[in-house]
Amino acid sequence: MLRVIGIDSLDELYRHVPETLRNRAKIGLPEGLTELAVRRRLAALAAKNATPSEWSFFLGGGIYHHFIPSAVDAVISRSEFATSYTPYQPEVSQGTLQALFEYQTLVCQLTGMEVSNAGVYDGASAAAEAVLMSRRIQPLNRRRVLLSRALHPHYREVISTYLKNLNDMRLEEVGFDNSGGTDLEQLTAKLDHQSMCVVVGYPNFFGIIEDLTPIQAACASSGAQLITVTAEPLALGVLKPPGEWGADIAVGEGQSLGVPMTLGGPGYGFFASQRRFVRSLPGRLVGETVDAEGQRGFVLTLATREQHIRREKATSNICTSQTLCTLASTVFMSLLGKTGMRRLAEVNVSRAHEACDRLVDEAKLEFCFSRPFFNEFVLRAKNLPDLMKRCAAERIVPGVPLGQWYPELHDCLLVCVTEMNQRKEIDRLVGSIGG
Amino acid sequence: MSEVSVGRRLQPAAPRLLFESGSSGRSAFYWPDGDDQGQGNIPETLLRHDIPGFPELGELEVLRHFTRLSQRNFAIESQFYPLGSCTMKYNPKVNEVAARLPGFAQIHPLAPVEVLQGAMELLYDLERMLLEICGMDSVSLQPSAGAQGELTGLMLIRACLAERGNPRKKIIVPDTAHGTNPASSTLCGYDVVQISSTAQGVIDPATIAKVMDEQVAALMITNPNTLGLFEKDIEAIAEVVHGKGGLVYLDGANLNALMGVAKPGHMGVDVLHMNLHKTFSTPHGGGGPGAGPVAVKKMLSDYLPVPRIAKNAGTFYLQERCPKTIGRVRSFFGNFGILVRAYTYIISIGGNGLEESSRMALLNANYIRKRLEKSYQLAYNEPCMHECIFTDRLQHKHGISTLDIAKRLLDYDFHPPTIYFPLVVSGALMIEPTETETPETLDAFVEAMLAIAREAEETPEVVKAAPHSTPVRRLDEARAARRQILRWEPTHGKAE
Repeated sequence: MLRVIGIDSLDELYRHVPETLRNRAKIGLPEGLTELAVRRRLAALAAKNATPSEWSFFLGGGIYHHFIPSAVDAVISRSEFATSYTPYQPEVSQGTLQALFEYQTLVCQLTGMEVSNAGVYDGASAAAEAVLMSRRIQPLNRRRVLLSRALHPHYREVISTYLKNLNDMRLEEVGFDNSGGTDLEQLTAKLDHQSMCVVVGYPNFFGIIEDLTPIQAACASSGAQLITVTAEPLALGVLKPPGEWGADIAVGEGQSLGVPMTLGGPGYGFFASQRRFVRSLPGRLVGETVDAEGQRGFVLTLATREQHIRREKATSNICTSQTLCTLASTVFMSLLGKTGMRRLAEVNVSRAHEACDRLVDEAKLEFCFSRPFFNEFVLRAKNLPDLMKRCAAERIVPGVPLGQWYPELHDCLLVCVTEMNQRKEIDRLVGSIGG
Repeated sequence: MSEVSVGRRLQPAAPRLLFESGSSGRSAFYWPDGDDQGQGNIPETLLRHDIPGFPELGELEVLRHFTRLSQRNFAIESQFYPLGSCTMKYNPKVNEVAARLPGFAQIHPLAPVEVLQGAMELLYDLERMLLEICGMDSVSLQPSAGAQGELTGLMLIRACLAERGNPRKKIIVPDTAHGTNPASSTLCGYDVVQISSTAQGVIDPATIAKVMDEQVAALMITNPNTLGLFEKDIEAIAEVVHGKGGLVYLDGANLNALMGVAKPGHMGVDVLHMNLHKTFSTPHGGGGPGAGPVAVKKMLSDYLPVPRIAKNAGTFYLQERCPKTIGRVRSFFGNFGILVRAYTYIISIGGNGLEESSRMALLNANYIRKRLEKSYQLAYNEPCMHECIFTDRLQHKHGISTLDIAKRLLDYDFHPPTIYFPLVVSGALMIEPTETETPETLDAFVEAMLAIAREAEETPEVVKAAPHSTPVRRLDEARAARRQILRWEPTHGKAE
């Protein structure tokens, strides 16, 4: 090969690189390992982490432990999906493109929205992108964003990070009331002709199912857009979808639907809106068309919104759609289907409510809020640090203490119960706290 | 010519959409009745009773559907994928085994950090390894992808300059840059100043000096640049930028050319992002997920996103409250599953292996450059780094464009190079073979390119109508944009 190139040594290929850089470039890392040694090292690291097979976790808060049918990993492990590139050459990417078209359809059906993009990074950045999308749609005199304080704290932080450098934007929070939902009075008082959008969780961070009827009405009468954020989309298996409540943009985190928890990433952000806003959407979109012989095919479309065409005028800088994760969800939703999604959601509702009742009745914890919830709920404890310690001794993590984000809820715990928590685990939880 | 140019292989029909098959009530999910029923405290008014249109399929139907779909894809493990700037190297299987270990795949981010020590140790070690590779001082593994890394990096620059008194207004971006560079600049509240490269395809420090003023926050530069050329004056360029109080951002998309060759930290770079799905062998997944860690020099460390991982007496802990941080850029800890894969790759091949990777990537790119230079016009007649750029100038006189060449390559069972990028090269064909291909594969690709060059002269109509052997023929993109069919509807196809 050197001869073909016409050089004597590889070093000649680097002659444009200044010597001062080259002679300091040595990488001071150990030699490579055998595959066996690599697997041993990683297994040893993995063994230092607590998994649900040795511990009982009652953790949600944006990442959910759900059953994943074996067929999901079988599909996403196929190298035809895993090792392909972004489908810029549609003739040899119909597999990925059709799956994405199906994904977009499933998201529309689940959220009750009219259009969906092919996916974004995660729920938090989806929420930030939704606010930026509203900024593209709303007139210049509407630049006030109202964030429900019952929205996931990470999502609020990411929205704030994304907006910080855009001088026209103003961010305000709306509190929650004793019901656990967004404080409607406060929201109504803050909404005016400068409001751009209102962002609420559905269900919210406390697992509470917000009453979207008055929230939507308040938005509509002031001219602000309603953005719903769903971190636990399995809930939409039983709950009326955001589209039916009149949301303008509905986004969320898709991990819950067939993607392992993996310390919170990768999952994906789903992103849907009403059809009239399609040109303001960030990210990739797949559309149906025909080939030169008239057969149905799929392509990336409306790319004039995107960075590789529009550069500094693009709707977003995003250049991914977390495709393998959205594929996992597409397979997951296909396997469960209409009846399975509903049944699994119902199991979550039922098991969470059963656990909540027992924790209140038998373990004497106090149920904090009054509005209905899906599979997460907030409980108040007399001595939370002590409770956490007692549970940890039994290899139980009973929930997420809320004090780190909500000082007023310093003695409260966000508890999540899914189909993965067996009854005997709930017995142990009640026993450890009550005993 | 071969049979490939004439007959059309019999292609299996496209699978119907998920929504067009199945039968009412069918599901691959079973949970016994009689248990776990009821709607808790949720009133009827909040409930839905149907998800109209949702699939109703059995497990075999679903698997057959997706297996058939997969067969309509090109992928690294079935085809050579010389996509410039995308670094489509082999994705080792051990990475996948590692990421699927229950101790990584089944851990919850809000579990107490005391029971996540293995994950924290991996992240901490990966940070140190990446810093050694690129010669920087601190790194955040949070950004989910290269573009989010860019945005994060620019926010760090803005925060630092703001603290010095003025966040400034502009970012200089070369015309050869990835589209994400200007898009990220806008998102960070900056105006973009575009500059041109020289006739030799690199940036002249004098060009920078002309536009560099006290309102420029940073220069975003890609090195090697997207023409596959090393920016040999990078140190002088950095000096110009620093001289006016600006900072230098390196788009690390092409880091695969640099390992063991030059460290960005020595070039005057203040901040860079790395694409773990390029240089560090994590799979592209048909368009994500990837990861885009951001590394910085000391003066920017305090602004890095939270949470940050720290170590004290052998125990790892999280720092959530850092007074100068730009804040959070995404939920939890970034794309941890991708970080596990990159860590696995680095310890598998080690420091020497990384250096060897870059050397072989250069060798392969220069080999292809040399073997094709008589049949295709080189954009720049210079030795390249890890990728080489041709144009369609020689084929143009036969009415053949870059798009035709790309589509014809599909008939030869090769994925085309990146086309029409960078924008400054008319009809660009950007070839990045990576280090993981054998000389035999490179030769087969070269032979296909040479055959297409001959076809362009002799039977241009075959090239123009390509591809002939793919599952679908050329697709009508204008129709897709016009009709905007972005989802299946119950009335689907009936309007046709």
